[in-house]
Amino acid sequence: MNRKISMTPKAHGLATITVVYLLWALVPVAIAVLFSFNAGRSRSVWQGFSLRWYTWDPNGSILNDPSLRNALLHTILLALIATAITVPLGVCLALALDRWRGRIPTGANFAVLLSFVIPEIALAIGLLFLITMLTTPFGLGTTAQIVGLVTFQLSYPVVIVRARLLTIGSQYEEAARDLGASALGAVKRVLLPMLSPAILVSAILVFADVLDNFVIVRYLSSDMSTETTSMRIYSTARAAPTPALNALATLILVASLGAVIIGWLIYRRLGKNDGGDVSFGSFTGNV
Amino acid sequence: MSKGVQRLTWPILGLPAVAWMFFFLVVPFYVLLCTAFGSIDPLFRNPVPAWNPLDWRFTQVAVVFERLFGPDNFYLPPVMRTIGFVLIAVVISLLIAFPVAYFTAKYAGRRKALVLTLLVAPFWISYMMRMLAWVNLLQTDGIVNNILSLGGLLPIEVNWLAGKWYTVVMGLIYGYVPYMILPLFAALDRISPSLLEAARDLGAGGFDVFKRVILPMSTPGIAAGTLLISLPMMGDYFTTELLSGSPETSMIGSLINTSISSPGQSGQAAALILVLLVVLAAPMIWYTRSTSTAEARS
Repeated sequence: MNRKISMTPKAHGLATITVVYLLWALVPVAIAVLFSFNAGRSRSVWQGFSLRWYTWDPNGSILNDPSLRNALLHTILLALIATAITVPLGVCLALALDRWRGRIPTGANFAVLLSFVIPEIALAIGLLFLITMLTTPFGLGTTAQIVGLVTFQLSYPVVIVRARLLTIGSQYEEAARDLGASALGAVKRVLLPMLSPAILVSAILVFADVLDNFVIVRYLSSDMSTETTSMRIYSTARAAPTPALNALATLILVASLGAVIIGWLIYRRLGKNDGGDVSFGSFTGNV
Repeated sequence: MSKGVQRLTWPILGLPAVAWMFFFLVVPFYVLLCTAFGSIDPLFRNPVPAWNPLDWRFTQVAVVFERLFGPDNFYLPPVMRTIGFVLIAVVISLLIAFPVAYFTAKYAGRRKALVLTLLVAPFWISYMMRMLAWVNLLQTDGIVNNILSLGGLLPIEVNWLAGKWYTVVMGLIYGYVPYMILPLFAALDRISPSLLEAARDLGAGGFDVFKRVILPMSTPGIAAGTLLISLPMMGDYFTTELLSGSPETSMIGSLINTSISSPGQSGQAAALILVLLVVLAAPMIWYTRSTSTAEARS
């Protein structure tokens, strides 16, 4: 029956649209990656393969241009720190929202969901005004960027962990409590291990999303030392850049894909331990 | 542990995040309000926020309204343009996303995981890199012109990146369509094949099945996808800035971005953001509430 359906002209038409869409979505990026290995300065004429823009060009390569190197390292630093703060903060809030009743948790839940849909520019400029008009313990720069990123990303772990908590239900925790575990003990020894796939998925999402962030990091940056890759692309993409800009973007892509692959490997291990679905599809589906 | 301490466990666990959201989401929003309803220092041109709501003045908001609806309404074209761009981009995104999501959900078969992985791939590629890819392709001596002119045989040289509205709309679609496909896929994947068979057994033709079964059942996915892509598009300024850079294609986001970097106009930037938030309030709250009721139901 299924086989018959997949032979219809309709299915062929849909398959063609999907393939054309995927080519349109991915080939331009593949070309951009390819040209990061161009031996010449052009971003549209292939002049031979080279690692020039990564390593050996004396002025323009990522290795030798301090501003490019700094943009790369600063982006990764922001992603690491923001993830390390967002995920524990969000997981604790998700656990609390699941049991804590009253006005404060209802308001917090609403704020978290709202932060997910609010245009980024509103949050970024609100924080910019807060920092520039009031006496805050920190000024514009790395700390401000991290504060903005954590606020914007907090909804990911909260929403993902809460969804998982709903499917787990309360019976495991109650069993642990009956066996004498304290409330926090039950969370630590029973719930957290069951939540680890959800926590992992949200960590990778936050990490990749911070690598991608532009609006918040730009408005809350201070000087060249807090410039990220996205800001660098924005400011130089139209000003006759060299393929080094493509190389910079490619390295961030590698970092993002690296996080996904490492995340998938850990996810598979976690899944094997409790016999769940370990296919890449279930992982990306979760993501 | 005593009962009292037990009861406090969850508030204590949630408190750090609640405090964080208060200081870095609620307070900034209040500062935004106070700036929008404050004044500008006549000498230094810096904004003077009115911290007390009783001192709120509508000067900045009036300036924005004057520029929107007054005789010299130079804010209006970017606003109308944003609405137009977002509408076209959402409709075309739907036309692309629906068949792709439908194919993946119903016909991809053994290749479903692969197709899904490829559909998710753009999420892991930074937005700026995807725009950079098009900036490279669309240069006057770029690959697109090269293909169109058959390698220089035909005298075709389109200046794609010089204030062309269709380039900007294409960029918006390219940037945001993945966010439309996934919620649609989730909705379509949930439609059981036996339901479609039942409809066919009861005599429904292909189009009837689509109109009376598939479409109504995918409405939540269409609504979620439309919101997910149109809300960020409304505040977008970098896509048009990178793919055009011309005031001919500037959007609401560009207005905010320009006023924030011009001295004496921070108050107007804040007022513009408020106008944007008021316009978007209804869809944002609708989305937030439907998400929380969906949570409560599941």
